Amino acid sequence: MQWSEFFTSSVGKKFVMGLTGLFLISFLVIHVGINATIFADLVDPDENGAMFNKAAHFMGSTVLIRILEIGLFAGIILHIVQGYMLEAKNRSARSVGYAVNLGNRGSKWYSRAMGLLGTIILLFLIIHMAHFWVKARITHTLAPVTYNGVEMHDMFSEMKAVFSEGWVIAVYVLGCISLGYHLAHGFQSAFRTVGVHNNKYNSLLVNLGYGFSILVSLLFALMPIAMYFGWVG
Amino acid sequence: MEHYTMNLTLKVWRQKNSQEKGRFETYQVKNISSEMSFLEMFDVLNEELIREGKEPIAFDHDCREGICGMCSMYINGKPHGPWHANTTCQLHMRAYKDGDTIVVEPWRANAFPVVKDLVVDRSSFDRIIQAGGYISVNTGNAVDANAIPIEKDKADNAFAAAACIGCGACVAACKNSSAMLFLSAKVSHLALLPQGGPERKSRVLNMVAQMDREGFGACTNTGACEAVCPKEISITNIARLNAEYIGAGLVVE
Amino acid sequence: MLNSKIPAGPLDQKWTEFKGHCKLVNPANKRKLEVIVVGTGLAGASAAASLGELGYKVKAFCFQDSPRRAHSIAAQGGINAAKNYQNDGDSVFRLFYDTIKGGDYRAREANVHRLAEVSVNIIDQCVAQGVPFAREYGGLLSNRSFGGTQVQRTFYAAGQTGQQLLIGAYQALERQIALGNVAMYNRHEMLDVVKIDGKARGIIVRNLVSGKLERHFGHAVLLCSGGYGNVFYLSTNAMGSNVTAAWKAHRKGAYFGNPCFTQIHPTCIPVSGDHQSKLTLMSESLRNDGRIWVPKKQNDTRRPNEIPEEERDYYLERRYPAFGNLVPRDVASRAAKERCDAGYGVGSSRQAVYLDYADAIQRYGKAEVNKRNIQGATADQITQLGKDVVKEKYGNLFDMYEKITGENPYEVPMRIYPAVHYTMGGLWVDYELMTSVPGLYALGEANFSDHGANRLGASALMQGLADGYFVIPYTIGNYLADEIRTPAIPTDHPAFVEAEKEVADRINQLMSIKGSQTVESFHKRLGKIMWDKCGMARSEEGLKQAIEEIRQLKKEFWSDVRIPGSVTEMNPELDKANRVADFIELGELMCIDALDRRESCGGHFREESQTEEGEALRDDANFSYVAAWEYAGEHNWNLHKEELNFDVAKPTQRSYK
Repeated sequence: MQWSEFFTSSVGKKFVMGLTGLFLISFLVIHVGINATIFADLVDPDENGAMFNKAAHFMGSTVLIRILEIGLFAGIILHIVQGYMLEAKNRSARSVGYAVNLGNRGSKWYSRAMGLLGTIILLFLIIHMAHFWVKARITHTLAPVTYNGVEMHDMFSEMKAVFSEGWVIAVYVLGCISLGYHLAHGFQSAFRTVGVHNNKYNSLLVNLGYGFSILVSLLFALMPIAMYFGWVG
Repeated sequence: MEHYTMNLTLKVWRQKNSQEKGRFETYQVKNISSEMSFLEMFDVLNEELIREGKEPIAFDHDCREGICGMCSMYINGKPHGPWHANTTCQLHMRAYKDGDTIVVEPWRANAFPVVKDLVVDRSSFDRIIQAGGYISVNTGNAVDANAIPIEKDKADNAFAAAACIGCGACVAACKNSSAMLFLSAKVSHLALLPQGGPERKSRVLNMVAQMDREGFGACTNTGACEAVCPKEISITNIARLNAEYIGAGLVVE
Repeated sequence: MLNSKIPAGPLDQKWTEFKGHCKLVNPANKRKLEVIVVGTGLAGASAAASLGELGYKVKAFCFQDSPRRAHSIAAQGGINAAKNYQNDGDSVFRLFYDTIKGGDYRAREANVHRLAEVSVNIIDQCVAQGVPFAREYGGLLSNRSFGGTQVQRTFYAAGQTGQQLLIGAYQALERQIALGNVAMYNRHEMLDVVKIDGKARGIIVRNLVSGKLERHFGHAVLLCSGGYGNVFYLSTNAMGSNVTAAWKAHRKGAYFGNPCFTQIHPTCIPVSGDHQSKLTLMSESLRNDGRIWVPKKQNDTRRPNEIPEEERDYYLERRYPAFGNLVPRDVASRAAKERCDAGYGVGSSRQAVYLDYADAIQRYGKAEVNKRNIQGATADQITQLGKDVVKEKYGNLFDMYEKITGENPYEVPMRIYPAVHYTMGGLWVDYELMTSVPGLYALGEANFSDHGANRLGASALMQGLADGYFVIPYTIGNYLADEIRTPAIPTDHPAFVEAEKEVADRINQLMSIKGSQTVESFHKRLGKIMWDKCGMARSEEGLKQAIEEIRQLKKEFWSDVRIPGSVTEMNPELDKANRVADFIELGELMCIDALDRRESCGGHFREESQTEEGEALRDDANFSYVAAWEYAGEHNWNLHKEELNFDVAKPTQRSYK
């Protein structure tokens, strides 16, 4: 079997979706972990985002991580492009629809709405990257801050500035909710897609997936909220 | 069990043949007994239509005891109607009450083109089996049946997968019109048994390729197929199929 | 003169002898020989696959949308084989003997012995194909017992053995289709046999989607089209099961063997009303644990649970103390009918008896209490444990009952009544499964050969697969070896043209009647005549009336049937009309055969021939033969008798007291 045959088959395409999905999940773990350092302010009022800024600086200045970042972009793009292609193919498999639909009697709404949820996440991602990533990595227009003689971007202040407007909070919360539902299905589905077929593990992964999606989306959503209401910073 | 009679409104998809466009027709059926089966209610309606000089509704059915897999109605948005783990022919009218409206549609999938009214062409399933859904053993080649002991759990799981009746409800319910539950049931049945070993890799690769050629969608693990399957085939089989396919696809030269 | 072509020699050497000396066809010639297979049940699918494997060019036909739908799929209980894996004394001879005796000494010894011999190969073949038979924890095959035998020789796959065996044969068939050895025609119905110079050379079929007639040539034609139980309208057969292929062959010269031999199965879900379209079987295995009873009082309208123990009549246990609830099918069916006719029936229709699991639930419950060593178990606890055991053994059957009736059989006794299930009669065939038309074969339930006047449980699957996998591949060569010089005959041959015209004319005639009554209403009326007068009990007077009524019905059908739609489209009503027209003619022959056989044997019970206690009375001196009927024009048949010789299994009167 040729590689091309494998990756163009329906199962092969889904395999790519599953693998990239799992890769993005691992990215989320790191992302949410690093960003959660902003909550250090809750413990130490003088912190003022120092831990967070240092962590962000580490991520931006370490060569290995920058290389991984390229992989991350490749993964995201692959996940998006493949996702849209599959969605289009799957929709085209039924030209005449039903008058009455099965709806939630057979499946969870969010498992059927992965394309829509993914699209919302993509739109959110564009706004999110314009807010932070572009300024930090491309235009370098962030204010500097110095810790122990090392100058770096004051990402923390930028967050405070961005998260001072109500509409931004709304967009971020919507993005996080979409992410939560996307993960609620995607987490366990990805494992099935890459071939985990032991019922013992599958049911464990379902529960782990629910826990993960709630935790991650909640933590992410709390960040703009906490800044907007002044709990942090 | 108290029996009762009811009057119902039926909205049924009518389509002369595969070329012409179809539409819904509305029919009133009266004095339907709660003891009738759903298809017997259709028999009553058809007798009525014939007497009125109209064309009866064509629908697939044969054994009427839930095993041949021929019946195929999409009833009020659900393949085989409201009951769990059931086929249309086993659905009985006590599931409904007087005054109900029932919408009946054919299976919808491009791989299952409508032949007439509620009858669809499911020969794509046969072609998927032709692509490898068998063990290549000519008659007379077999060793003694007890020569290969098979772990009971595996035999039971193989049986549970082999219980598929090939009705196509999984495809009808799936938002992607995917045939993965059907396909995975066969792949699992044969992969779980030692007899299926020699052809294990080529089987899964060829069967998936055929499924794709037939125009079914890909699986997104929503679980709708499992929820409507009359034989309660588990979607764990789909995950097993994925493992079989990936395992084969990454190594077969 | 009938020549059954039974090989000479001792019974247990006949098949070996035949195989050793039958003619063979070399592989190069096989590729030039075309074989038509009609029907894709166990017999048809296994035959088509096996002949394809051998290299013949096979064309297979089925009226369903896929070969996997054939009604073999609905068989529940299991398949017999003389494997003796249980070390309980089974052997080929015992399986042979049980089958002959169970058939009430009206089957051909040589065929039945061959069936018992190849039964062991069937299990091997099916396991090799991946049929998931039930297994023990050690990984070896499990067996269960069935009616009419004292050994455990039934292999099974839960309550879906027929399904699993058919899927096995279907997969083998699909493999040959993929390899190009078999061409499959779904949604095609055979409507005539084409004969050239006295030999079967092809068939005329109707494409049920387009309505077009097609001609297909074959050096030989195999009819594997199943039984004709639907002549009774209500039966456990599938809605589409029909006699048309066999009947067309009969009209073209194939003799019909023992048409009146019908099996009425005792445990079916009773008719609930006039709307009833078919009946559902509850596996014979339920009689292992259930007790059958009716109230002692006539027309008792109390609910079953309100009737105290002493007011219940366990009539099978009363009449047949030795076998009790496990008497053979024909005996159990007649006993139920007797009680209902006498006014003791239950349910709203009064045409049912109770099959009660209350005792079994208590018995299993107490056993569980002992097994688990539970101290001071309450009555509820015992009942619950008992129900759990019953659920494990019969859960799928109980669920099926509840779906159909809406009643919970764990709480109230099931209502059951006998229903038409299988037809032992069929096209007469010789030892090589060839009908009286050269080149025309009949396999499986479509032929008459192996079950005599009553079939034992778990033997139908065995026969279908034996014929298809292990008999026809040998015997067809014996005929085709002489056909290698016959090139494929083009289908514009006058015989094809004429046969197609006959079929077209008949269809056009049916369509042009434009009467007032539906096909279904005629079928129902035929069924009622057959059930009342040629069903579980038959009398000279009733049968004579039935023949008259059927002739009248035929006239009415051909002058007043209404078929909507047109010929050149999918038209299920036309399909049905074609079948019902043939059922009407068959019904007449069945009554004639039943009238002619003035004895009771197996499923055939003539009221004039019974013992003082009302048991069936066989008449070996006058009726130890196969009645092979030759079609001789409308309402006219000639009887040919094939004497049955029992060299090994000497006939005795069956007794289950």
